[in-house]
Amino acid sequence: MTGRGTRTIRVDTLARVEGEGSLYIKLVGERVADVKLKIYEPPRFFEAFLRGRHFSEAPDITSRICGICPVAYQMSAVHAIERALGVPIDPAVRLLRRLFYCGEWIESHTLHVYMLHAPDFLGYQDSIAMARDHRAVVEKALRLKKIGNRIVQLLGGREIHPISAAVGGFYKTPTKQQLRDLVDDLEWALEASLEAVRWTAGLQFPTFEQDYEFAALRHADEYPFNEGRLVSNRGLDIDAAEYEDHFVELQVKHSNALHSVVRGRGSYLVGPLARFNLNFDKLPEVARKAAIDAGLRPPVKNIFRSIVVRAVELVFACAEALRAIHEYQPPAAPRVEVHNRIGVGQAITEAPRGILYHRYALDENGLIVTAKIVPPTSQNQKRIEDDLREYAAQLVDWPIEEATWKCEQEVRSYDPCISCATHFLRVVVEREDVQD
Amino acid sequence: MLIIGCGNRQRSDDGAGILVAERLRELGIEADMRIGEAVDLIEAWKGADDVIVIDTVVTGGPIGTVQVWDGRHQLASIRINASTHGLGVAEAIELAYVLDQLPVRLRVYGIEGRRFELGAEISPQVQRAVAEVVGRIIADLSAPHGRGRPNPLKAGW
Repeated sequence: MTGRGTRTIRVDTLARVEGEGSLYIKLVGERVADVKLKIYEPPRFFEAFLRGRHFSEAPDITSRICGICPVAYQMSAVHAIERALGVPIDPAVRLLRRLFYCGEWIESHTLHVYMLHAPDFLGYQDSIAMARDHRAVVEKALRLKKIGNRIVQLLGGREIHPISAAVGGFYKTPTKQQLRDLVDDLEWALEASLEAVRWTAGLQFPTFEQDYEFAALRHADEYPFNEGRLVSNRGLDIDAAEYEDHFVELQVKHSNALHSVVRGRGSYLVGPLARFNLNFDKLPEVARKAAIDAGLRPPVKNIFRSIVVRAVELVFACAEALRAIHEYQPPAAPRVEVHNRIGVGQAITEAPRGILYHRYALDENGLIVTAKIVPPTSQNQKRIEDDLREYAAQLVDWPIEEATWKCEQEVRSYDPCISCATHFLRVVVEREDVQD
Repeated sequence: MLIIGCGNRQRSDDGAGILVAERLRELGIEADMRIGEAVDLIEAWKGADDVIVIDTVVTGGPIGTVQVWDGRHQLASIRINASTHGLGVAEAIELAYVLDQLPVRLRVYGIEGRRFELGAEISPQVQRAVAEVVGRIIADLSAPHGRGRPNPLKAGW
């Protein structure tokens, strides 16, 4: 404890330890001998927890997997179950779900771009140190995030663990006026996002390009949220139902999270970079122009530039939210009636960090027989390790502290999830000198 | 007075703050529940003069220990080495301080936790600590200096 006026006490306190991540890199001489990224993966627990529950509980239960992206879990859950049960979705509900997702993207991308990633490029230890010198930037981030939160709160029914999304629609849908009340804020947010693109484009990026396999949803008419085929730049073009034929999860000794790979090929990358590269032509004009003006054209192969791509996706999310609000006509009923039946359904939606796969098998009473959940961070995990093998090799001559910090920045470019995968990351770089 | 319980009920002892908020609500006392993310917290207490935050902490002390910090003058420097997402209650306080968005009065109740596994029961010591914190907050609310107490900072004391 310290006296009045002194601003620090060290309590070594870790709140909300939702799983511990660690990164271990071993350098032998100038060679990267080993890279191990350990993350903790709660979805396995939830898969077991879901068994025997009624399908109507799945959106609520899975939304608790992640405090940052509960909407993503709800959306993948409702779509997978609706496919299992053959439920038709009202176009107005579909539009509202896109708006719901816009809110979550605005919240999540704002947090990462401004508070978690920007300090790396501006040379600050964290956003608090950054806020001392860039107060206006941080205040803007707070306001932007709040706008995303307003959307999620309105459609989700409450601020944490939204409860309104349901199999078949929503438990409650908003009025046109409730949505119109968001317009002024979103118009401001759109301008702020355009500024974010210009601001992030001016940062300095390490030279580090990799030959990634990008995987993202692709839809005929729109930048993807809830629908589309899963495609990649290596020729993949599949329905969600075929996901497990093409992607396999491998056990690795050093982590209790499974490593996802493309069968027969290896690691792949999901998230903003993959979406942008595979769907650039589907961005609204305002976002596409912002990207081009910022010098960003697909394919972007430098993961550090994902901060600019996230800002472009912020522009998209704000523009798309305004479009959805403009077009919205309340549905005849908030949700359609859904009946129990035996079935299996899979769905992929685009969480802020990338594709989120859910599969449910249901019995005749609507009870969940099996559930499978593959979150984006576990899909990127092997890709992060592959990146670090290359990236650490560039840093072998650097002082160990700086090399460690740079590697951590590389991991942070992926925005590894606070709850789905890891809360915090301990980095260990071990160096063994080789006798000549 | 704004009371905010933070944490995750799915994560054993990490649910302590939420549990306190739930108990207070059962007793008819308004209490907010948050995951404890910094930006969200700053937004939650915006405009509030008198705020109590309850969160699980790990200080290495005996499980179930209750500590109270004055958030305005004793910034709990909850630093996580090489954090990727270390933006919790302590960061909310520090950030709010930098941005002049700290409530006039801010107290943080920290309940020492030990178990954070998914789906595990909350530890009995933490349950007892939850009851203790609920009692202390109620006492604070009903004391003459509780709700409606003249604010010393605003009054220029």
